[in-house]
Amino acid sequence: MINFTYTIWILLIPFLMFILLGLAGHKLKPRLSGLLGTGGLAIITLLSYITAYKYFFATPWTDETYKAITAANTVWLQLTDKLHIDLGVLLDPISVMMLVVVSTVSFMVHIYSIGYMKDEKGFERFFAFLSLFTFSMLGLVAATNIFQMYIFWELVGISSYLLIGFYYQKPSAVAASKKAFIVTRFADMGFLVGILILSFNTKTFDFITLTDPSGPAITHGGGAAFLGLSVMTWSMIFVYMGGVGKSAMFPFHIWLPDAMEGPTPVSALIHAATMVVAGVYLVARMFPIYVFSAPAALYVVAYVGAFSSLFAAIIACTQTDIKRVLAYSTMSQIGYMMLALGVSGYGGHEGLGFTASMFHLSTHAMFKALLFLCSGAIIHAVHSNYMTEMGGLRKYLPITHFTFLVACLTISGIPPFSGFFSKDEILAAAFDHNKFLFAVEYAVAGITAFYMFRLYFSIFWGRDAQYHHTPHEAPLTMTVPLIILAAGAAFAGFIPFNKLVTSNGQAFETEMEWVVAIPSVLIGLLGISVAWVMYKKTSDIPDRLASVFRYSYKWAYNKFYMDELYLFVTKKIIFRYISVPVAWFDRHIVDGTMNSIATITQVVSFRIRRFQSGQLQKYAFAFVSGTILLTILLIFLWR
Amino acid sequence: MFFVGIYGFLTRRNLITILMSVEIILNSVNINFMAFNRYLFPNKLDGMFFSLFIIAVAAAEAAVAIAIIINIYRRFTTINVEDVNEMKF
Repeated sequence: MINFTYTIWILLIPFLMFILLGLAGHKLKPRLSGLLGTGGLAIITLLSYITAYKYFFATPWTDETYKAITAANTVWLQLTDKLHIDLGVLLDPISVMMLVVVSTVSFMVHIYSIGYMKDEKGFERFFAFLSLFTFSMLGLVAATNIFQMYIFWELVGISSYLLIGFYYQKPSAVAASKKAFIVTRFADMGFLVGILILSFNTKTFDFITLTDPSGPAITHGGGAAFLGLSVMTWSMIFVYMGGVGKSAMFPFHIWLPDAMEGPTPVSALIHAATMVVAGVYLVARMFPIYVFSAPAALYVVAYVGAFSSLFAAIIACTQTDIKRVLAYSTMSQIGYMMLALGVSGYGGHEGLGFTASMFHLSTHAMFKALLFLCSGAIIHAVHSNYMTEMGGLRKYLPITHFTFLVACLTISGIPPFSGFFSKDEILAAAFDHNKFLFAVEYAVAGITAFYMFRLYFSIFWGRDAQYHHTPHEAPLTMTVPLIILAAGAAFAGFIPFNKLVTSNGQAFETEMEWVVAIPSVLIGLLGISVAWVMYKKTSDIPDRLASVFRYSYKWAYNKFYMDELYLFVTKKIIFRYISVPVAWFDRHIVDGTMNSIATITQVVSFRIRRFQSGQLQKYAFAFVSGTILLTILLIFLWR
Repeated sequence: MFFVGIYGFLTRRNLITILMSVEIILNSVNINFMAFNRYLFPNKLDGMFFSLFIIAVAAAEAAVAIAIIINIYRRFTTINVEDVNEMKF
């Protein structure tokens, strides 16, 4: 067995970097702190790749099955004899894969940020937060037990909050960070409830014990029924609620578009590639429980995923802020991954959905980070977020143009780019299990191609917009990550995921399902050509269409009024009918009791303060008469 | 004799007189101790020692009290207790 203890450094390095940059960052030169953060990340990336190589290829596995390894573990809290919370590093196919994905994207974003954030105030603070985020994300990925995952889950939330609110002078950024934090926190409450129910039922937190198909958690799971579903199912639904919040699935998606107030590299790293897929990772991590003990919860996963992907794709067609389009696209793609998990079975070809989901997760991380970094380069050049103020940029930004095109083709599922392979596997899995969900996802694939190329054409083609100055290509630190990620997005499809990351650790064979693949490419091309017609040259078709479908367009443009609905529910219902009475109770009953105790004491003391006259002999008289009285009383009562 | 002391303590306004009343109280207690010791437990000496203690403590107490009275006189230029009434709410 190969020793994997060094993987603990993958977690420790970013943490040390965070402490160094956070405490001493303002004393260092900004450039040096950026280089330090990036250098640390380079080491982590290297370590992750070494780990992946050793895990997948250099370890002699029995039965050709990848098993989970606990690389390091310490007991942190001993609750009872059996129940304890550990901190450690767990290696299995999905966590190793996530280590590689997270560290790669994070590394790219670090390099990019050196160029993008140059001359920003708080440069070293930014890198400190990025390190904190990387630490918590890697800790989440490598968690050995569900409680460690929860701890890092919250840490990820905190660092996301800090990074969204990075421009804390901007009120909108502050509002967005608060919104993101509160919404995800609310969802995490569900996660915590789920953990508690689960651990109460199974008496363990440990992932290996929990997800062992022949272990006690699954064979003795179930438990009592409540509202027609077993307790296990309920706990898994609650756990999934946490995933819904982090992954911005409907109905907790409202924070993600607003989170785009943060700096663009942050959007690329956290709100596209890594943090938002934590929900998918969570479900994948608990997957055997979902499959064996809680199939109903898996249905919920599938339908929430499908609905979110459709919902977000429609909204994405109407937005004009490029980062918001990308945010909704992220939500839509994560919906895909959730759906793939939802339709998956366990083991062999049945587990295609699981593999497809993880596959799509890694390709998505590549191409979506690429898209965001491209949009950062565009915003850097044009100083605007709105695509109505862009056009004809292909002449000015050749590298960005090329990489953006690659990313768009990838997300649209055009072969031979990686998105084609992963999306095709998802569609194939859906096709095998549920024709309705397949139809939904098929439509979403077309819509995705449409809105991505709407974005592409209106930014890079069409008439030149009025610019303040001639847009210029971004510096080398920004374009190099773009090119590397573009290469990743283009060729990651050839990684044989069905050999590496499977639901039970054993490789299985897949072949192209042409029945699914050809139509999916066709609908992608259809979406692209519709976008071509509408946005290649400036035309009035989009406006005319918008006016024909005036109401539905407005509906979608305003994100189906979800924000308004939330405001209505919170302000009009929760605030008025719950918070106001509770506040009244607090102010009048709880505070009232305390206040009246204070008032009574005060009144009484004002009454009796006259006794303290300063006359020594009055005191003495009171003392002597009191003594005599007590003596008489004692003498008579003692008898 | 004890109540003569108490009476003086409560009625006199002069601090020196109050101090003298206190001494009278102490002396009355001393005599009581001696008398009770002699008649109730003739073979024990506890009461005697108590009296000796009280005499010693009374001497110290008198010194302290006179020091206080002198300070009060310096502060208020009077030794009348009714005029010394700053310690009130």
